[in-house]
Amino acid sequence: MSAGTPPLSNPPKPQAKALNCPHCGAAITLRALGHAETVVCESCNSILDAKDPNLQILQTFQVITGEDRPLIPLGTRGKLRGTDYEVIGFQRRSITVEGIRYSWHEYVLFNPYKAIRYLTEYNGHWNDISVCRELPIVQFAAASYLGEVYKHFQSSDATTNFVLGEFPWQVRVGEHAAVTEYVKPPRVLSAEKTDNEVTWSLGEYTYGSDIWKSFNLPGSAPEAVGVYENQPSPVSENVKGIWSTFLAFAILLLVFMAAFDLISNKGTVFESSYRLNTGEPKGEASFVTDVFNLEGRTSNVEVTTSANVSNSWIYLNYALINQDSGQAWDFGREVSYYYGSDSDGSWTEGSTKDSVVIPSVPAGHYYLRIEPEVDAAHAPISYSVEVKRDVPVLGFFGIAFLALLIPAIAITWRSISFERARWSESDHPPIQIGNTE
Amino acid sequence: MTQPVSNCPNCGGKIVFQWSSSVQTVCQYCKSILVRTDVDLKKVGQVADLPPDSSPIQLNTEGIYRNKAFVVGGRILYEYDLGGWNEWHITMNDGTSAWLSDAQNEFAVSFASNTSGLPAAGQVQVGQQYSWNNQNYTVSVITPAHYRGVEGELPFQYWDKTDVTFADLRGQTGKFATLDYSDEQPALYLGEFVEFDDLKLKNLRSFEGW
Repeated sequence: MSAGTPPLSNPPKPQAKALNCPHCGAAITLRALGHAETVVCESCNSILDAKDPNLQILQTFQVITGEDRPLIPLGTRGKLRGTDYEVIGFQRRSITVEGIRYSWHEYVLFNPYKAIRYLTEYNGHWNDISVCRELPIVQFAAASYLGEVYKHFQSSDATTNFVLGEFPWQVRVGEHAAVTEYVKPPRVLSAEKTDNEVTWSLGEYTYGSDIWKSFNLPGSAPEAVGVYENQPSPVSENVKGIWSTFLAFAILLLVFMAAFDLISNKGTVFESSYRLNTGEPKGEASFVTDVFNLEGRTSNVEVTTSANVSNSWIYLNYALINQDSGQAWDFGREVSYYYGSDSDGSWTEGSTKDSVVIPSVPAGHYYLRIEPEVDAAHAPISYSVEVKRDVPVLGFFGIAFLALLIPAIAITWRSISFERARWSESDHPPIQIGNTE
Repeated sequence: MTQPVSNCPNCGGKIVFQWSSSVQTVCQYCKSILVRTDVDLKKVGQVADLPPDSSPIQLNTEGIYRNKAFVVGGRILYEYDLGGWNEWHITMNDGTSAWLSDAQNEFAVSFASNTSGLPAAGQVQVGQQYSWNNQNYTVSVITPAHYRGVEGELPFQYWDKTDVTFADLRGQTGKFATLDYSDEQPALYLGEFVEFDDLKLKNLRSFEGW
């Protein structure tokens, strides 16, 4: 440009610089402008020096045909965290644990105004990754970064197996890096150590469906398999909530119980003792009690039968009869108590006492008709009958308590199982209960 | 702000100083490196073409740092093993001189510190700790770099360099320090990493297709 003569018009600049591979002659597209250090020829798998105008060949490698197609094609643009990014590079890396190779894919994301980002994908689990600016502090089996503590998950040796496109660093197939990962779901903090430097990066778990939406990809994201190291537990956040809800309701229940207990009369309205002698014929022993008064609101009535049964039984046919209206509530109760001993030791069965609650009995004058039945060869049996008006029914509270407790335990159990599945893949697997795999 | 106008002693092109304290500038027409003397401008060198560069910042890019508007007046371009980076010289609206560095789109703002008693080049080692302005800094890396070129106005003479050494130190919460060993006397810069979006940059370079 010379002084004072502005150029008439700028020729349209190409979006990406077009070059040719010095090895096979195929067209090479440079998308990341000056950011790329290396670029890989898609035709012949030559790794080329992107800074060199002649694209000097740095390495060539062999691939199995049809392997490792990126799920997001190079050149695809998408919006992540409000910024447009273009996929410029793709690589497959792997670690080998106990003879098994685990591979994952990494995508290099470019925007000319922003720092490079990365996406990783393993078995349908995605992470959105950026390089840390500050150095995390490592202490024992944890690393702290920006006020958060991350637990050590795994240390491994990662090998680069396949590369495609552009990289802002000197990439080579076969290159090793010592990778140490620390997790605090949904984030993962990783340190990658090569010979001359340590790079820390921070990843956030991302759902495949969100990646598909961000990059407007056809079809649907591959289903995520298993539990990933920093995958947020679908239940762990509920665990605290469910237990605080449980606690709140339990306290409320206790308050209700106390209130019901206070407003209940629990008054004994009738009490009497009887004796059934040996040899007394059954069926003719039916009798009626004195009349007793049930007062107040329509409420329940508790009938308690106590008998001195001993390896024997007594059965009582009851009828609670309203003297005024003739309305009757029929019910039968058995009191039996057995005991003894066998090879397992001593045992008992049943009880000498039985209670039953009859709900919704209106006020009025009542009496009981009682018809006892016993074994023909019975010993004399004494029994007593007690009638109480308006007893607090705590069974309801028990059911409500269980109804709250069961989901809380179920969610806690699911959360524990999820965490066990997560950590079973780590360097710190949970102790196996019962079996040894 | 005064904007003195002179002419390039080499090509006669108009030279406008955006910042009154500039010591050096580069003629935008003939790329002569010009140093201000008491009376006129003296040509001290020539900038070779700068390599193709990917920085989104350019001369006259404007932004805001800590509620102060700034404008980019010049830059020094360096290269090292893993690529290049730019130290953009910025002047705040209160006249303060500062540096906006751009390394692969990781941005930082730093200020020259007049701390004395700085460690000599041979003394600095990775892992050493220093304390300046009540902040602790740890040497994280020592980078041998190459001076690659200059553009625009600078607050000092800077043009006859080849190999230079920097020691990078990390503090807490995004704070860092740089020891610059490009002159006989070491220079200290204290700064912090900044978010691209927080700088609210205007007049950025445009990239075709973006």
